[in-house]
Amino acid sequence: MNPFIWKMAWRESRGNLNRLALFVACIVLGVAALVSITSFGDNLNRAIEEQAKTLLGADLVADSRMEFSDEAIALLDSIGGEQTREVRFTSMAFFPKAQNARLSQIRAIEGGFPYYGVLETMPDGAKTTLESGNTALVDDGLMMQFGIDVGDSVKIGQVSYVITGRLISIPGESLAQGIAGPRIFIPLNTLKATELVQRGSIVRHVRYFHLPGITAEDLKVMEDALEPRFDALRLDMDTVEGRKRSLGRTFANLTRFLNLVGFIALLLGGVGIASSIHVYIKRKINTVAVLRCLGAGTSQALWIYVIQAAGMGLIGAIVGATLGVLVQVILPLVLNDFLPVDIDFGVSWPAIALGMLIGVSITALFAMNPLVAIRRISPLLAIRQSFETESDLPADPLKWILYGIVGAGILACSLLLADNIEFGVWYFIGILTAFALLAALGWSISRLFKRFFPRNSTFTIRQGIANLYRPNNQTTVMIMTLGFGTFLIATLFLSRDVLLNQINITDARNQPNLVFYDIQTDQADPLLGVLSDFELTPLQNVPIVTMRMSAINGETLEELRASEKRRIPSWMYEREMRSTYRDSLTSTETVVEGEWVPVATDPFGLIPISIEKGVFDDLKLAMGDTILFDIQGIPFETQITSVRDVDWQQISPNFVFLFPAGVLEPAPQFRVMVMRTTSREQAAHVQQQVVREFPNVSAVDLALVLSIADTLISRVSFVIRFMALFSVFTGLIVLSGTVIASRYQRVQETVLLKTLGASRKQVLAIMAVEYLVLGFLAALTGLFLAYFAAWAISYFVFETVFIPNMGNIGYLMLAVMSLTLLFGLLNSGDIYRRSALEVLREG
Amino acid sequence: MLFAEKLTKTYHSGDRSLTVLNDISFDIEDGSTTSIVGPSGSGKTTLLGLCAGLDHPTSGTVSINGVSLSGLSEDALASVRNKHVGFIFQSFQLIPTLTALENVMVPLELRGERGIEPKAKSLLTDVGLGDRLHHYPTQLSGGEQQRVAIARAFINDPVLLFADEPTGNLDTDTSNAIEDLLFGMNRNFGTTLVLVTHDLELAAKTQRIIRLKSGDILSDTRTELGA
Repeated sequence: MNPFIWKMAWRESRGNLNRLALFVACIVLGVAALVSITSFGDNLNRAIEEQAKTLLGADLVADSRMEFSDEAIALLDSIGGEQTREVRFTSMAFFPKAQNARLSQIRAIEGGFPYYGVLETMPDGAKTTLESGNTALVDDGLMMQFGIDVGDSVKIGQVSYVITGRLISIPGESLAQGIAGPRIFIPLNTLKATELVQRGSIVRHVRYFHLPGITAEDLKVMEDALEPRFDALRLDMDTVEGRKRSLGRTFANLTRFLNLVGFIALLLGGVGIASSIHVYIKRKINTVAVLRCLGAGTSQALWIYVIQAAGMGLIGAIVGATLGVLVQVILPLVLNDFLPVDIDFGVSWPAIALGMLIGVSITALFAMNPLVAIRRISPLLAIRQSFETESDLPADPLKWILYGIVGAGILACSLLLADNIEFGVWYFIGILTAFALLAALGWSISRLFKRFFPRNSTFTIRQGIANLYRPNNQTTVMIMTLGFGTFLIATLFLSRDVLLNQINITDARNQPNLVFYDIQTDQADPLLGVLSDFELTPLQNVPIVTMRMSAINGETLEELRASEKRRIPSWMYEREMRSTYRDSLTSTETVVEGEWVPVATDPFGLIPISIEKGVFDDLKLAMGDTILFDIQGIPFETQITSVRDVDWQQISPNFVFLFPAGVLEPAPQFRVMVMRTTSREQAAHVQQQVVREFPNVSAVDLALVLSIADTLISRVSFVIRFMALFSVFTGLIVLSGTVIASRYQRVQETVLLKTLGASRKQVLAIMAVEYLVLGFLAALTGLFLAYFAAWAISYFVFETVFIPNMGNIGYLMLAVMSLTLLFGLLNSGDIYRRSALEVLREG
Repeated sequence: MLFAEKLTKTYHSGDRSLTVLNDISFDIEDGSTTSIVGPSGSGKTTLLGLCAGLDHPTSGTVSINGVSLSGLSEDALASVRNKHVGFIFQSFQLIPTLTALENVMVPLELRGERGIEPKAKSLLTDVGLGDRLHHYPTQLSGGEQQRVAIARAFINDPVLLFADEPTGNLDTDTSNAIEDLLFGMNRNFGTTLVLVTHDLELAAKTQRIIRLKSGDILSDTRTELGA
């Protein structure tokens, strides 16, 4: 290549450094987002690899939803090594000092767990206190919530424990896990005295193994040998490798998702680059025409600017990668609640290479189309300015080919980042649709705004708005870039509203909002007495019978799993199921096939049962199929006579299998009572009273569900909002780029206005109007799209009415308008400050 | 040196067409100076564009220094311009991001030639700007910018120099100085000069005047200098 082209590319960029710096900035944040997320993912994988054993806290874990059988105990004992026994279940924990109770995850433990990693407590090493007496370690968050200190007590079931330490962290568990179910450790030898583990209770029996000196290979051999025996005994096995795999998959999905959110920022930057280069090349038409006059070939002229664009892309990618490396230091803080391992800062060169590759590719893809216009700049323009421009020329077929290449490039990047063809393709289609909708909406809204704006407004306002429609305006591009960021953030806000509204709607519709469960049969009447003291009557008082499925149409579950004739979900195979019996249907269920039999006429014959439609379809069952249940040792042969559609979203006991009245009444059972309290205070007081009198009874309170859902959603959406901010700031950088790219034209207009008598204040006001309206249009476009996205989520996913929180929308609109105004004016400073004469002298 | 034969240029816009040049033929001798004059819209600039290979005629042919421009690609035309032609424009057309020295070097740098800086400096000194080599166009007056453009026009030792209203944007005193410089250097370099202007006084300083009107040659006369 002629060295002049390189020289010229450099010389040309010298005089345009500030403009080029903004082109560079367009992709910086996108690359930074990709590099930070991918680096974070790499560091996380490294941490998972390095801290693999602490993820499990042991070499091997066995657990079962049922009490270990003698055969299972014999097998587990035969594994040898050091062992820790644990019984895990949920129950109410009552704090006398706070006079308050909370549904918690109780872990009755005995042994040296964790064998790897540290059970972090305050004071340090408090776990040793569990070896003697009625002592407990309580989740730090729960203690803070109730203002409890070490030394205070907690009542679990019939036993009062002294709190000897705060639980800060458990190896392999994230903070978020503690939000849904705060954890309380108690000594295993005190469990019986709590009287909480009774027939029908949902309990996990866990055994942790420490096998000193065992290698990963030996462990794998052992795992393979044990697996069929564990399966036969319906035991679950968890190994370090298995935990690593599942955790790796979970976080790969998370980082992939965040990467795709970050990629949007890069695409918006690409749109900004395309638009800026378009304006830049328009300003360079004369230079190119002169060069062509002086003998430059079309490819020579083109290469000068291709080199500049490539250089910009490379510099942007380098700066972005550097920023990304710095941002990844923040990410562990942002994601702290969800991380089960400690992450150390480390530079991931593959992540940097990937981010830079995608950054440079996106720059090249988006820059190509405006650049190829250089080929068609005629040298004649040097002597005749009115000669035909690009828009007068016939359509350039190369442009359409390039559009295809841009599409293919974005698809390739999507597939690379999604790491899944189907998801990558859908992501690509989604992005294209969103861009197309934003462009169409932006264009339509700005046209409507122009069409219906009052013509008799002041000159300043009219002039400011007119600026949005000037030749070569970037209004649609700005609406797309700023609008997309607004769209992402607004969709998150609105979706959260949808979920919270759903719970509020349940609250408002006179539906149940408090559930007591694990009520033993002999506790039912006294509990009803307590409820009546609070003027509460259960809306439903449901008997629960636990059972296990044994066979379908004569084939045992073991046989079915082995033959793979039907896909038997593990929960159905490994757990005891809870069913009920009654002679009527509730409001949350509808028979969609067959006929519901309310009362069994022959308790010793085939029992007619009803099954929930989803499970019916999943198991590929048919009407008339028989299912054998084992109900506490007694076989019950049943036949499917009806299929029900069940609304699982209501706070109400719903069941997969429903038995008719007249069969299960004599079976061991416990009860669930569902009621509606009239106030949060009443709900709190009745729970306190019930827990005091019936410590084994647990409660689910709508207020608690609401607060847990809100906490988890807030933390997840914070992470996504953090990534969406990359898009918003890219939009603002594109805005700065647009302002600077159109600086020449703006200076000319400003000078003309000043020459005609406009004051600086008026010029400033015109610009302020322009940016405010631009921010308004961008926010409106983004919010418009977000409104429909949230409505779709509401209608199709949550199946509820959509009531957006207009307050949040208003704040978001104000924020986008203010930021647009701020960035616009910051970049226009020298335009309105310069004197008319100074500019006129420049020619 | 320059042969134009039956040149016609017609522009089309929708259903309408406009013939700007109508079957024009002439030839210009080696080393001569010629002015093309005429009122606005007479086709002067269009003729200059066709003769310099900046545009393609609707019909007719142009040849420069024995090279026919007919059928040449855009890049081949650019190569002809780079080797044989120099340009001076009414609005100077210096590249704003390059210094005076860099602007002058462009035609030779496009060829990939090396060691051209001394020649460019010498030319700039010849046009009186030896002390303003590293100034950008915005730091120079109009007259100075046109001097840089003249230096640039001569750096590739063109056989043919096209000047489009070279003093059109300058005041009278500066114009006179630029005219003197242009004709002086043209003599020294022995270049064939084609000047497009509507300034009859300037045209009178060339050896031949071709008058255009509505796309036709109204007259083709020798001045006293050309007689």
